[in-house]
Amino acid sequence: MTNNPIIRVEDISFSYKVNQDQQIPVLKNVSLDVYPGEYLAIIGHNGSGKSTLSKHLNGILTPSEGGVYVNGIDTRDRMRLHEVRSKVGMVFQHPDNQIVATIVEDDVAFGLENIGVAPQEMKERIDASLAVVGMSEFRHRPPHHLSGGQKQRIAIAGILAMRPQCVVLDEATSMLDSYGRQEILTVIRKLHEEGMTIVTVTHHMSEVTQADRVVVMEAGQIVLQGTPREVFSHQARLQELHLDVPDASRIAAYVHAQCASFSVDLIENDEVVEEVNRHSIPQAEASGT
Amino acid sequence: MNRSIVEVSDLSHTYMQGTPLAHRALNRVSMQAAKGECIAIIGHTGSGKSTLIQHLNGLFRPQAGKVIVNGLDVSDPKVDIKLLRRQVGLVFQNPEDQLFEKLVGDDIAYGPFKMGLPLAEVKERVEWAMELVGLSFEEMKDRPTFALSGGQKRKIALAGMLALRPKVLVLDEPTAGLDPRSRQELLQRIRRLNQEERLTVIFVSHNMEEVAQLAERVYVMALGQIACEGTPRQIFGNQEILREHHIGTPEAVDILYKLREQGYGVDPGAFLPEEAAAEILKLINR
Repeated sequence: MTNNPIIRVEDISFSYKVNQDQQIPVLKNVSLDVYPGEYLAIIGHNGSGKSTLSKHLNGILTPSEGGVYVNGIDTRDRMRLHEVRSKVGMVFQHPDNQIVATIVEDDVAFGLENIGVAPQEMKERIDASLAVVGMSEFRHRPPHHLSGGQKQRIAIAGILAMRPQCVVLDEATSMLDSYGRQEILTVIRKLHEEGMTIVTVTHHMSEVTQADRVVVMEAGQIVLQGTPREVFSHQARLQELHLDVPDASRIAAYVHAQCASFSVDLIENDEVVEEVNRHSIPQAEASGT
Repeated sequence: MNRSIVEVSDLSHTYMQGTPLAHRALNRVSMQAAKGECIAIIGHTGSGKSTLIQHLNGLFRPQAGKVIVNGLDVSDPKVDIKLLRRQVGLVFQNPEDQLFEKLVGDDIAYGPFKMGLPLAEVKERVEWAMELVGLSFEEMKDRPTFALSGGQKRKIALAGMLALRPKVLVLDEPTAGLDPRSRQELLQRIRRLNQEERLTVIFVSHNMEEVAQLAERVYVMALGQIACEGTPRQIFGNQEILREHHIGTPEAVDILYKLREQGYGVDPGAFLPEEAAAEILKLINR
């Protein structure tokens, strides 16, 4: 690849210090490059270190050993931390924990005020970010009456206003209902199509299918990576790792066991429907061609 | 027929009553749970689910209507509220935010300890509850609570509630944020508690896979009322209900509805992956 990575994670280790002689290791010698425009999903069971890893990507945590570099800037360099944060923005799990203002547009403006953006440009950026997440009509509303999905879209807008190169979502959909989750996935897909680099940490296997690359964490290390289709082909291994495959894959596997020509290699609901079409109407297809 | 352990009749609740901001959250809601039943409450954000379950352990007293739990009348101002709360374990959404002790074991022991149980029994209950949620007592009891993952904290919060040995367990989004295995394990444990210990379980959920797997009966709430009630198969098999009340579907049901739109005769009430596969096998030439 000719591209330089936006984020370079070089052989990092991290432990929580309990007291002077006890440490709990969370990450062990993890290396990971995130490339511009990439859509990366990080999965792993609770306690596997995936959230801790994601918090290293914009310097919320810094490694005990090794280094994390955002556009070449070491995240331990406190003088340049604001540069790191403006390049890599993060959306967290709980919608309510990341809303600071009493009016939607003020919330989106919060980061911009902190870096002293001129009022006219601020207005433009707020307009643009709210439009991307589809929340323009809510700009004068108080955020606490919004649904979880809408609040998360406001949080994403606040990050987009900072014009980052990469958005990291740390289980940003896990408190949302399926509609809220769809809202966020649609926004992510759109951002990705426009060239934004996306890193998402999730437990929802059906969310992983739209990523370019999946990284699987276990006991603080990366144990498996590849395209969603490659990763989901390791059903037994994933189950060992307390993970799962999407229901589409599981249904395909059940059908395949009874009907060998039905593909097992399916990860999306629509693929299952197509595969059924292929199997159920061979006569129609034959006569149609 | 089983006697109801939870009986809600004509319950109404208005927030900020008597002010211009008055908002009616519950409007003549009636529901029942028989002893040992496992019930899901689903519905869109703001439909009144949380307001309803907060009446079950007396956090809210009925403004109108009645709530009777295991013979205790929640609307009676003289009801023994401590006894009620010991019988109805309410686990909020994100209970992990409520851990306050430094060590895991202490946090789980807090409730039983405050009940004035002898130390040996407190320890026994903590061990039992930790085992139940899948945490090793020996390994985890002296761990500091801050250095745990979100899922581990969730289990600890749940163990803390189970250690009180409630008769009715009320859970708000029990598995949100858990990994697939932890979710499966927790669901199996809840089911075991429900079936073996005949613990009555009432849970609010957005996760339709979870509703499909766990619930015997589902109440759908909309605009502060019970919109409909039925088995998971009846609810997921009825697309009008799903559409009207913005209920998501389990992935398997989504596939079946897509097939049905294309003219295949499938039963969309088959919500488990195995059942959906069986429906598909009926369609294809082997």
